[in-house]
Amino acid sequence: MRLLEWEAKEVFRDYGIPTPEGRIASTPDEAREVAEKIAQPVAVKAQIPVGGRGKAGGILFAETPEEAEEAAGRLLGSTIRDVEVREVLVEERLNIERELYLGVVVDRSSRAYTALATSEGGVEIEEVAARTPERIIRLTIDPLEGLRPHQARWMVKQIGLEGRGMLTAADILVKLYRLAVEMDAELTEINPLAVTPEGLMAADARLNIDDNALWRHRDLLERFGESELLDLTEREREAKRLGLTYVELDGDIGIIGNGAGLTMATLDTVQLYGGKPANFLDLGGGAPAERVEMAVSFLLTDPRVRAIFINILGGITRCDEVARGVIAAREKTGVEKPMVVRMIGTREEEGRMLLEEAGIHCLDSMEEAAERVVSLLGRR
Amino acid sequence: MNMVRFVDAETRVVVQGITGRQGRFHTRLMLEYGTKLVAGVTPGKGGESVEGVPVYDTIAEALEHRIDASIIFVPAPYAPDAVYEALDAGLDPIVVITEGIPIRDTMEFVARARRSDITIIGPNTPGVIKVGECKLGIMPARVFTRGRVGIISRSGTLTYEIADHISRIGLGESTCVGLGGDPITGLDFIDALRWFEEDPQTDAVVLIGEIGGDAEERAAEFIAEGGFTKPAVAYIAGRTAIPGKRMGHAGAIIQGERGTARSKIEALESAEVPVAEKPSDVASLLKRLLS
Repeated sequence: MRLLEWEAKEVFRDYGIPTPEGRIASTPDEAREVAEKIAQPVAVKAQIPVGGRGKAGGILFAETPEEAEEAAGRLLGSTIRDVEVREVLVEERLNIERELYLGVVVDRSSRAYTALATSEGGVEIEEVAARTPERIIRLTIDPLEGLRPHQARWMVKQIGLEGRGMLTAADILVKLYRLAVEMDAELTEINPLAVTPEGLMAADARLNIDDNALWRHRDLLERFGESELLDLTEREREAKRLGLTYVELDGDIGIIGNGAGLTMATLDTVQLYGGKPANFLDLGGGAPAERVEMAVSFLLTDPRVRAIFINILGGITRCDEVARGVIAAREKTGVEKPMVVRMIGTREEEGRMLLEEAGIHCLDSMEEAAERVVSLLGRR
Repeated sequence: MNMVRFVDAETRVVVQGITGRQGRFHTRLMLEYGTKLVAGVTPGKGGESVEGVPVYDTIAEALEHRIDASIIFVPAPYAPDAVYEALDAGLDPIVVITEGIPIRDTMEFVARARRSDITIIGPNTPGVIKVGECKLGIMPARVFTRGRVGIISRSGTLTYEIADHISRIGLGESTCVGLGGDPITGLDFIDALRWFEEDPQTDAVVLIGEIGGDAEERAAEFIAEGGFTKPAVAYIAGRTAIPGKRMGHAGAIIQGERGTARSKIEALESAEVPVAEKPSDVASLLKRLLS
């Protein structure tokens, strides 16, 4: 789950990381009120879960509350990088002397959190990594030891901080690591960490939480609700409600597979034969007929989908259950679309018989089936 | 450097979470395969038995049998504790089938395991099989036939798909290991390649990768530097994946410029590892390399 900036900043505040004074607003009126309270020039920032917001015009500055109202009016309801802006964060405009970066991210190859620091704040860390990798200071944190303050001091010293600034930045980094661990962050960044005459300040905040750990952060879900759904399409949101593992793509061949790797390989193979997948839909392991029915109905009722390819390698998934689900979906939705089923493995015979009786032919080979579904749509 | 341990006909196993639906079901299938399952553990269910396997409350009690390895079917919130119990008993390898374990928990128990030089396979893995000897996992037995090809994979069903082709073409498999679909796993391709390099029963290896992370790229470098010298073939899933979208597996996500199928395929090809376009091509590429 990717938190919005204002949400991440609230969590930062819980951990004592300094953030600018500000509040969320969902109408221009509210934005003006917040700006009045702050009583100095403000930044009005679109709250969307995508990167490159500044460049895309998602951050406006205002000298007066009236200007803040106007800026909010321009941002709210507009679309930035395909996402509709529903809220803006109005906060004090910082007097930034320098922009630094601090981050804690899960590093797959070292199987641990890595702390990152660079003097090149304000741009995406990937960009810094590509242009001036030597300016990024990294430290792999032993999961059993944690990040020690002296390590944090060593890191921030190397990005040019001295004296009081060094001590504060090290303290912020230690807090950021503690936050990462306790909040199950996949990634958390302060970018930029602003150097201002008043001290260091987290001018922007990023916090992505491991979806597998959300069960121990129910409070967070209650506090912030559905912002995680913002970057999903309408159909992806619906799929999520149904509990389906679904990703929308822009083609016209609906795909259902069992297992993430096999489903991805199915998409790739369809594309190799000249077809365009409309989606990724992984049934997971051991799907009963009801779940299959739900998945097939979901694609049958998608107007973009012109044909469906179901690819099942039965292990704990039983082919007869799959067949029953497919047939039920056709009956209940009353929608007929060309369907190609490739099904092998557990209870293959029973499954095939059921499908044949319903007039659906079953194939053995995934490649052959992919070719068939593409040719059904008259492409190649 | 850590020693990787897999399984063979002599491996004696405890099933943790044996009384759950998955645990029961796969206990039966593993027994049918001939795996030496000598005990099960479910806290609170000590004294019961599953498919004739005695169940204990703790591993400490189960150790009245000689036990080498563990396979874990415990639900995600409790799985880390089960892993520590197995680690404390010195069991090796520990196969973690459980899906959905938080990354932080995995980082911690994997660090502990590496410190104790114990192999963790998974989490979110189909397990490991030494064909014809020991199946410590949930893979369907019938796609495997005994042979001399090793498989290292990040995906379950895709492994079965490819193993099925390798079996049909008459090559067969030696040992197949699922690394797991999570971002952090106990083993990576390089760990497994080191093991297969030393395995006298393996003549060639298949790497089955997918988008996300850079484990395939690092494996390619390792091969290019001469760390693995037997013939190798690869397949990478996710050529059509969209950056930023998670494709089923927690680990299958392209972040920034990294982790694309293209980057993995290019890295492998530059290490002179042929990459199959379709899953069925893996078997034919192998046949060509081995003839």
